[in-house]
Order: sequence, then C-alpha cells, then structure tokens
Amino acid sequence: MTADQEVLFPGRGEYHQVAADHRRAGFALLSDLCGVDYLTHPGRTLPAEVAPERFEVACVLVNLGERRRVRLRVQVPESDPVVPTLWDLYPGAEALEREAFDMFGIRFEDHPDLTRILMPDEWEGHPLRKDYGVGRVPVQFKEAPGPR
Amino acid sequence: MSESDQETGIVGTQAETSEWTQELGHGERGHGDSGRERHATLRLPEGVVLDPDDIDVETPDDDTMIINMGPQHPSTHGVLRLMMELDGETVLRVKPIVGYLHTGMEKTAEELTYVQGGTNVTRMDYLSPLNNELVFSLATEALLGVELPPRAVWIRMLLSELQRMSSHLMWMATNGMDLGSTTMMIFGFREREMLLAFFEKTTGLRMNHNFIRPGGTAADLPDGWEDDVAVICDTVIDRVDTYDELLTGQPIFERRVKGVGAITAEEALALSATGPILRSTGVAWDLRRHMPYLAYDEVDFDVIVGTYGDNFDRYSIRLEEIRQSIRIVRQVLEKMPPGDYRVQDKKVTPPPRGRIDESMEALIHHFKIFTEGLKVPEGEVYVAVESPRGELGCYMVSDGSGKPYRMHIRAPSFVNLQSVPVLLRGGLVADAIATLSSVDPVLGEVDR
Repeated sequence: MTADQEVLFPGRGEYHQVAADHRRAGFALLSDLCGVDYLTHPGRTLPAEVAPERFEVACVLVNLGERRRVRLRVQVPESDPVVPTLWDLYPGAEALEREAFDMFGIRFEDHPDLTRILMPDEWEGHPLRKDYGVGRVPVQFKEAPGPR
Repeated sequence: MSESDQETGIVGTQAETSEWTQELGHGERGHGDSGRERHATLRLPEGVVLDPDDIDVETPDDDTMIINMGPQHPSTHGVLRLMMELDGETVLRVKPIVGYLHTGMEKTAEELTYVQGGTNVTRMDYLSPLNNELVFSLATEALLGVELPPRAVWIRMLLSELQRMSSHLMWMATNGMDLGSTTMMIFGFREREMLLAFFEKTTGLRMNHNFIRPGGTAADLPDGWEDDVAVICDTVIDRVDTYDELLTGQPIFERRVKGVGAITAEEALALSATGPILRSTGVAWDLRRHMPYLAYDEVDFDVIVGTYGDNFDRYSIRLEEIRQSIRIVRQVLEKMPPGDYRVQDKKVTPPPRGRIDESMEALIHHFKIFTEGLKVPEGEVYVAVESPRGELGCYMVSDGSGKPYRMHIRAPSFVNLQSVPVLLRGGLVADAIATLSSVDPVLGEVDR
C-alpha cells in the first residue's frame, strides 16, 4: 500500500533523465531523498517489471504549481551501489545524497563532495545498513555488596 | 571567483599553517574513489552563474583567511560549525559542518515499536516536538489506513499551532539576542513560558511530550483548556504588538537586518529550502494551505510571504505567523468538536484501563499492543507537515511487523542549512550570526 501517492520506478539508467523531465515539467523542488536497505525485508510490493535489489533510493519531487508530489524509487544493487547524482538538477540534493552515502554507502556518481556528513570522516561502515553490527558497550557491573 | 583563484587561495593558506591541510587537503583520508571536489563549498544552482565580481574585494585572493565558527560558538544555536573563508570582514565561502549531535535516531527508530516511536522522534526538533510526533503519527496512520475522529484532528491542530507560536517566540528571543537586544530575549522566553505551562498541563511535560500518538492523542485536553488558551491568545497578541514596536521600526534593528542575507526565489527553490526561507523570497508555499493535512482546509489564515528574501523578511514572516497561529487557535476554540480523542479501532487503540480489570481478553489485548506494537501493513509512505522551520517529512517503510522497517525524517533544518553559504556570501562576519539565526536551525533535528 502506498496511500494514494504517485510513485515511479525508474531504472538506474533512466533515473536522472526521469528527474530532468520532471524538473522541466515544473517539479521545481526536491523535498526529500533517502536510502533504504531491504536486506531483511520479507518482501515488498513492486510492479512486475521492477527487479528488486537490496538498496533503494527514494526521492520526492514537488510541483508547486500543481501541488503534486512524485516519488521516484530506484533499485540499487548491492554489488555496485552507484546511482547518478541529482545535484546538477537540484543542488538541494547535495546534503541528502551525502547522508544517503554516509548511512548506506550508496555512491552518487558526479556528486561534487561525496563525503560523510553525520558520522566522523574516519568511520568505518554504513550505520543504517541492516547488516551493520550495532555495537555493544561492555558494562562492568559491580559485585553485590557481601553480607555484613 | 575562478577555479584557479580558489586553488591559490586555499593552497597559500595551507602552506602557512599545517592544521588547515587536515580539513581542506585533497584526500589521504580514504574517500579518494568518490571523486569529490573538496574546495567547492559555495555552490549555486545551475543557470545562476556566480559573478566573480559580485563582491567588492579589496585585498588579493591569497590573503583570504579560513576561520571556524563553532561548534561551541554560542550564536550557532547548538553544535553547528561553520568553516568560513574571510577576506577581511567579508565572508566569501562557507561550509556548514554538522554531525556533532548525531545520535542515530533513525537507527534507533528501527528498534522501537510504533507505540514507542513517538518518544524517539519527539527529541529531534526539540523546539517543536509536537510537530515531530505529528508527522510520525500521520505516517503510521497513513500506512494503517485509519480515519481519525474529528476531535483528535482538531486537538492536534490546536497543539501544532500553539507549538508554532512557542517555536517562533523562541526564535524571536534568540534572534533578538544575536542582534544585541537582550530585552527581546527576555520577552520571548517570557511568553514561551506561558505556552510551555499549557503544554505541561495538557501533556504532563514541557518538552518531548509524546502526546500525539498513532491513533489520536494520549489524552483529552484538560478541563478549562478553553480559558487557558484564550488567555494565551489574548496575551501573546498584545505582546507581539510590543515586539513590533520594539524592533520593527527601530533604526538600529532595521539596519542590521534589511538587505542582509538575501536569497532569490530560484536559489531557495533549487537549494530545497522551505518554510520561512522560501516564503521570504515571495514564493507562497505553505503545506498547511497548499497540501492541507489535519483540518487546515477548514480554517482561515494567511500565508505570509516576503519580497526580498533578506533577514528582515524572515523576521516579519515569523512575527506575522505568530498572529496567524493565534487566528487559527481562536477558530479551533470555536469549532472544537466533541467526541473521542483517539480512534476506536481495536488494532490501534489499547482497551481502556477499566476494561482490563474485568476482561481477560482486554488484558491480553493491552499486553500485545504494548509488547509487540501495532501491526502496520507492509508499504511505504511519505507524509509531510509544515513545521515552524519548513517541510517536515517522514518516509516510513513497513514490513508488516510492529516496528518501522525504516523511518527517515526529512528535517527542514538539515536541508535549509544548505542555503547558508548563499545567504552569507558577501556579507560581514558580524552579520553572519544574525543571518544564521534567521535560518533558525535546530541542531537536534539537523543531526538526528
């Protein structure tokens, strides 16, 4: 269920072109862009022609005149997590794409400054991936006080 | 500024001090494969070509200085670090550096049930926590496909508007302080206190309420809420006139904010800025009006826009939005429907306390909802509301279990910070603080 929302599933090759077409059609604002890792998802509803991949990049474009939102969902394979950047069309995608890179390791081709944005620069791994080991801090409990 | 000028500017600084190379050097840190360009911090939308002579620079480019403002600078409203390239007193390029407050709240959200999730998201934007709960609840309800009783909708709208007033009052206070008006700071906090007292009476907490929950609200409004809200409206509308008198026409204030930190509508749209920044450029875009949620299509209010996109416009917009919020709150006072404050859907709402004592099934049902969480059907949804700072969105992916599979918050402050380099370019360092304040970033939300 997608609650009556307009969703498109462009392939990686068409993604940039589809976004460019939308921008020409009046979708002037990119309001959101984020990654999703479907590694442990039991199965999502996708149109028949879309082959599911591990990662997905979902971006939301807004047409202010027509008051419409369109969501583009791009499948990104685990073996080659690269998608074209939308920065040249929507400069506002910069920080959001950096966040997706930081959290999922999805690389945005031709992004001008694809560095970590929230995690420290030298951090290893991408925290929002489902197979990212959530660390535990070993806790040393004090022994219970003995009987007096 | 041409590419070669940028190079010489930075490289010259690098040669003199060893510290800058760590921050600005070309790599060594192992992201070489991404092909990034580290020096380009000021970017403008395609089609808006940056005029190299748009700033009157007196000294040659190799005399520029790079200075860090923050992360502990009190005027950066939290732990924001601005890396600024200065030419004397003129700001050339700026790079906002965030992440100091990152606590992995989106990851945490995947470990919390939908019932618990509100406690997590409410801590993101700590100046308007009810809006965060609202967007989380709306996203969950969109996936559940439940229809709320009208009273729940109107309670949410009342709280959301009171929250907008409290957030804007806080902004008036801090912005006043950034411009040197400590009177304004005391005034803003004083009025906000009234609102926080009402929130405490209603929700039990002054901040981080976890009051708006999937399926409605946690409780009904307290007895006598109409009188409290009426007093708040009457007081604040008078006090807003006082601020108007104190600041709007005042020559010192005017000179500090008029024409400072300007941005055009094209730039703001291209940089995905929303909220007062976008509206200050004259683009009338307010989700309450243009993509109505709750019952905003049933109340009258104006969408306030500016003309020049400068600090003064953003100040005027927030001031006037307080008045508009009062207008909405007064209509809510008149129209508040009677009825239930949460949806009576057994899948979403736990049974009332009284039933648990009588019925074993009710006890099991209650236990199941609070241990396993609501079972939300599989799907994806993007929901957005107009928070005081702009479009606050929630992209929620459900796998049919009791916890969100992925919850992404589109934080308006995070996206709006991208316009800071454009706003600050060519301005003075002293104005940088006032301009940054007019963006109104809340770092808890930026870093999440």
